Amino acid sequence: MEIGYFVSLALFTTIYALFSLGLNLQWGYTGLINFGHIAFMAIGAYTTIALTLPGFIKEMPQRLVDQYPGLQNQEWLYGGLQFLGRVLPEQIPIFIAVLIGAGLAALLGLFIGTTTLRLREDYLSIVTIGVSEVIRLIAVNEEWLTRGPRGMFNYPLPLEKLEPNLLVKGGMIASLVVVLALIMWRLWQWLIRQPQGDQRPQASRLLFGLYLVCVAGVATCWWFSFSLTLTVTLPSFLQTIVLMILRLAMVVPLAICGVLLVYAVLPRPLQQWRVQALSTHISLLTVTMVMGLIMMFFGAHIMAINDYSFKAGLLWLLILTIAVIFWQMERWVTSPWGRVLTSIREDEEVAKALGKDVFRYKLQSFMLGGAIAGIAGSFYAWQLTFINPDGFIPLLTFQAWIIVVAGGAGNNVGTLLGAAIFWAYNEVTRFELPNILPLDDARLGALRVMVIGLMLIVLMMWRPQGILGKKEELTLGR
Amino acid sequence: MDDRLQPISGTPQVQPEMPLLTAQGVSKAFGGIQAVNNAEIHVPTGKIVGLIGPNGAGKTTLFNLLCNFIAPDSGRIIFDGKPIEKLPPHEIALQGMIRTFQVARVLSRMSVLENMLLAAPQQTGEKLHNTFFQAHIIRKEEKRLKEKAQVILESVGLAPKINDYAGALSGGQRKLLEMARGLMADPKLMLLDEPAAGVNPTLIQQICEHVREWNRDGITFLIIEHNMDVIMSLCDRVWVLAEGQNLAVGTPAEIQSNKEVLKAYLGQ
Ligand SMILES: Nc1ncnc2c1ncn2[C@@H]1O[C@H](COP(=O)(O)OP(=O)(O)OP(=O)(O)O)[C@@H](O)[C@H]1O
Ligand SMILES: [Mg+2]
Repeated sequence: MEIGYFVSLALFTTIYALFSLGLNLQWGYTGLINFGHIAFMAIGAYTTIALTLPGFIKEMPQRLVDQYPGLQNQEWLYGGLQFLGRVLPEQIPIFIAVLIGAGLAALLGLFIGTTTLRLREDYLSIVTIGVSEVIRLIAVNEEWLTRGPRGMFNYPLPLEKLEPNLLVKGGMIASLVVVLALIMWRLWQWLIRQPQGDQRPQASRLLFGLYLVCVAGVATCWWFSFSLTLTVTLPSFLQTIVLMILRLAMVVPLAICGVLLVYAVLPRPLQQWRVQALSTHISLLTVTMVMGLIMMFFGAHIMAINDYSFKAGLLWLLILTIAVIFWQMERWVTSPWGRVLTSIREDEEVAKALGKDVFRYKLQSFMLGGAIAGIAGSFYAWQLTFINPDGFIPLLTFQAWIIVVAGGAGNNVGTLLGAAIFWAYNEVTRFELPNILPLDDARLGALRVMVIGLMLIVLMMWRPQGILGKKEELTLGR
Repeated sequence: MDDRLQPISGTPQVQPEMPLLTAQGVSKAFGGIQAVNNAEIHVPTGKIVGLIGPNGAGKTTLFNLLCNFIAPDSGRIIFDGKPIEKLPPHEIALQGMIRTFQVARVLSRMSVLENMLLAAPQQTGEKLHNTFFQAHIIRKEEKRLKEKAQVILESVGLAPKINDYAGALSGGQRKLLEMARGLMADPKLMLLDEPAAGVNPTLIQQICEHVREWNRDGITFLIIEHNMDVIMSLCDRVWVLAEGQNLAVGTPAEIQSNKEVLKAYLGQ
């Protein structure tokens, strides 16, 4: 596995994760059916690029007049446009442009929301899908605004010209390690808060199967670290750090495996002293695996940073962004504000009867989700380094839906997991399927989509609540 | 009969017998059906008032009109000295008028505790911007609300279910939760729509006890109920509605012996 390939795959996964987090706030928590999520991303992407491309906004009035020569007859309007052309800045600092993009995406949310959120909920879904197509068609036709189908390119990218010295690299790596540590800490917190179920006699046999999984995980870890170290050369101290992290990723499941193994061969009477129940063991093992994978992810990224490329820097920026947004979102949804959102999802009449201004909350959730998608849009544009309206087709909205539904609606971690699984599937089938099936590209492409559908159906039969959704919630009456 | 245009006197007169809720000339038609027709109801402060009538008389619709869940075609509704017929439903709830639903509505995929916490009015943490800077105040408030919820849930016997999903409660328990949740909102007036429907006799007794107790604590009640025992034992005054119109009003004993009422109930 090549490091550059890893980085662009990681970028796509993370951008989709951020994009889907916005949808999860809107649908997973508030129950708003948004079938036009891509519109927010388009607004974010186009705004960021238009504002940062040198001279683009300054020439915008002139291009408008070129496209619609009739405007010259409207004297005051033409004058106004010329004035605008003089006062508009060449370009806007890139990070301010992102914020403006997010703000405009939120404004689109405000616009859609004020007109439809008071209506019955199905109207929202119809209007959003319509608006997303309108936005895309505007991007196709209003060339003065978006350059139409020719697309925009050669725009400035963040950290593009950065040539980090050791200190800067060290800082980037340190910040990643902090994020990694926080993730590990959260996972650990979650793990020890799991309820302890009953003890069951068949535990040891099941556990045996689990060691196998665990060992397989270690083997994968090993393989990754091996192939990664082959592809890059590192200064000695970084090499030590990276190898340490990768080894940790292997050692943790190994150690847990060992403990479990010792436990499993204990004679019966000793087993009575066990403190953990089976369910705890299972979560322990799962979390071990996830921890290992996350460590591998960060280990690979750290190596990519060391071997600095623009994309590695972009991924770093994106990881910090998503970490902050995720952290904030978790705070929001666990606050009383989030409780009101959930109550609206469950039954908005009740929320109303208890004095909550349902419309306002829906609007806030819708706008915030839109702004998050807008930020995802900026990264999307930077990652692609070329955008045109074809990048913003409704399909992307539905991919976000797949991610949210598969991960478990109303669960931010589930959304991240859903994005990871979605892209893992995408890549595995792209590269492995041709080796297995003798089909041409077009047929394989169709097959992959069909298999996604099939997998979703199976998932919905097996776990209708999504991977991390709560099973109990299914049996609840209204 | 457009008496809505009359100015409301600027300074509220504090009359001891001034009713907490007054509704006059309230009407609502659904297409051809005149569900509520020029109805009137007064609920004095601190009392328990009953609202009865045959099925389809328009009782639930009247409740919906009082809380503006359905906008009335005409009529004037004054709550606590202020006209409320133009206020959105959530504002009315914030003024202190909390309703329950005929078919209990709980927030299924939220825990019993969360159902309770939601109901508390004017929470700091309900405003998004406060979650950034007021975290410690929110935490303190949550703790206080949790204690309050615990006390109320204990009083209605739902404390053992506190961490269960509300959707996992039985029908009767849902009714209890709905009332308990209403209490969390510190209401001045509670509108209960058939609190005893589908509830076993022992639990009905308990509910009556609770209502009396909460009433002693200063909450006024307006109760729709078909169970006459409940009406007899609880209410100070009973309003009778039939085909959307007021039929009679009086003490429970008076109502029970009223010929008109008997006729409406027995269908001539
Ligand atoms: N949303 C609605 N649309 C059309 N008709 C309605 C609507 N709501 C109520 N009605 C009609 O209004 C009339 C009064 O209904 P309402 O629910 O107020 O009766 P009720 O007195 O509460 O009866 P019950 O004792 O059975 O609960 C009924 O004839 C009903 O069919
Ligand atoms: Mg009714």
